[in-house]
Amino acid sequence: MRFAGAKGSVFTAIEQVNIAVEDGEVVSLIGPSGCGKSTLLNIGAGLYAPSVGDAYVDGERVEGPNEHVAFMLQKDLLLPWRTIEQNVMLGTEIRKLDTAKSRQKARDLLAAFRLGEFAERYPHQLSGGMRQRAALARTLAVDPSVLLLDEPFSAVDAQTRIMLQHDLAQTLKNAKKTALLITHDLLEAVILSDRVLVMSRRPGRIIDEIRIDIPNREQPLQRRTDPKVAGYLSRLMEKLDIGYPAIDDQALKASA
Amino acid sequence: MGNDANLVRRGTIASVILLVLFLAAWEWGPGLLNIPTFIVPPMSMVYKEFFRMWSVNNLAFHTGITAYEVLMGFALGSLLGAVIGYLLGTSPTAEFALSPYILALQIAPKVAFAPLFILWMGFTIYPKILVAILIVFFPVMVNVMTAVRGVDPDLINLARSFKASRSQIFWKIEFPASMPPFFAGLRIGSTLAVVGVVVGELVGGNSGLGYLLSFGEGQGNTAMVFVSIIMLTVVGGIAYLAVILLERRVLHYMPKRAMGGI
Repeated sequence: MRFAGAKGSVFTAIEQVNIAVEDGEVVSLIGPSGCGKSTLLNIGAGLYAPSVGDAYVDGERVEGPNEHVAFMLQKDLLLPWRTIEQNVMLGTEIRKLDTAKSRQKARDLLAAFRLGEFAERYPHQLSGGMRQRAALARTLAVDPSVLLLDEPFSAVDAQTRIMLQHDLAQTLKNAKKTALLITHDLLEAVILSDRVLVMSRRPGRIIDEIRIDIPNREQPLQRRTDPKVAGYLSRLMEKLDIGYPAIDDQALKASA
Repeated sequence: MGNDANLVRRGTIASVILLVLFLAAWEWGPGLLNIPTFIVPPMSMVYKEFFRMWSVNNLAFHTGITAYEVLMGFALGSLLGAVIGYLLGTSPTAEFALSPYILALQIAPKVAFAPLFILWMGFTIYPKILVAILIVFFPVMVNVMTAVRGVDPDLINLARSFKASRSQIFWKIEFPASMPPFFAGLRIGSTLAVVGVVVGELVGGNSGLGYLLSFGEGQGNTAMVFVSIIMLTVVGGIAYLAVILLERRVLHYMPKRAMGGI
């Protein structure tokens, strides 16, 4: 994927990335900032066309936005002039699906995400975690087979994030959804996924693939405590070249 | 909540005290300071003048004419401003092509067009409405255009990912997103409409509050000028209030504190 930069220059966001996500699989994608993770996701959603190569979802070539895929970002993107229920129904409304059925579906989803009593509220009346759950409900309301999640929980506080991770893991398992999750949180990647892909600096390439061999993907809280987690984390840190202090301890002591 | 009620009560009391002080100063201040009544007529004199003008000068008719011109100028000016604003906001090409002319017209003092319009259309209500349209147009257009172009691209992408058509993106995302700045533009426009109409009436014609204003000036009747100014303020105030009430209805989803008092 290349982009035309200013003054006719071209920069390559991602190069020779070849990834496949199986049906019902949850794959996390981690890598340094600006390595093109989001570009990859936008190609998958059909928002940008790749300059070289193709994307396929459910065996169909992605030519543009399509009904198999729905995405969710760090920002909740709830429309302030719509109630929570109306927000959840945005996608079904745009696709002109049956209103009565969509409303029932929206109510069921909101109830499942413990937002039933907030259906008639406006986004500004909800907390960050509730808004993000509403955004997840909106993503699921169009019944996509694939979810593309771009750092969905990075804007909420640590405790809320643990709850949201649990909600997401349960939903993905119960609804048998396929998901590609972009995250900066190494632990989140490990506990939520079947597989973790590591990308390099720009131009982004896949430099490692780790199969997470911990049972019960729908129980991230339980997975957190698994002894294997530490091993996966240190491997990820090594691949991403982090964990080696940038500050020279000796020099710091000498200056004190 | 208790604090809010407290603030409202104390604020109202302070406001009323200020009004009483102002009216008292107006009534007795000029006499105490030996200011002649043809410079500052006291309140009671202006009050009497109001009833004299009501029966002798047909004040109600002139106020009605001005109010009608303000309403027409404001309505047509905001409609035009909104339409052009949405057009320029959604089409970068149109904006690029038209922006120099719009900027030039925006810099030109709109009230200076009043004599020209009177030359074209005579001593009718139309030149006054036209000045008001011209002066209301800009704040509304600029606010709408900036709002449409400032819509979060991720929101547009979200709609696109649901396979939204161009018109769906406009009606479901861009149009509602532009409402708060649109109303901010309408608030400004509602006060400017009165300015446009008055200038038009001052320049030529024999009807409207602007005409009474210049008639009073010609007669050396300061109280008549005062009454005309007060009535113009009332007309402008009603227009502004109407916008606020409509805004409260349309933007009911906004958090209270974001609405901004007046």
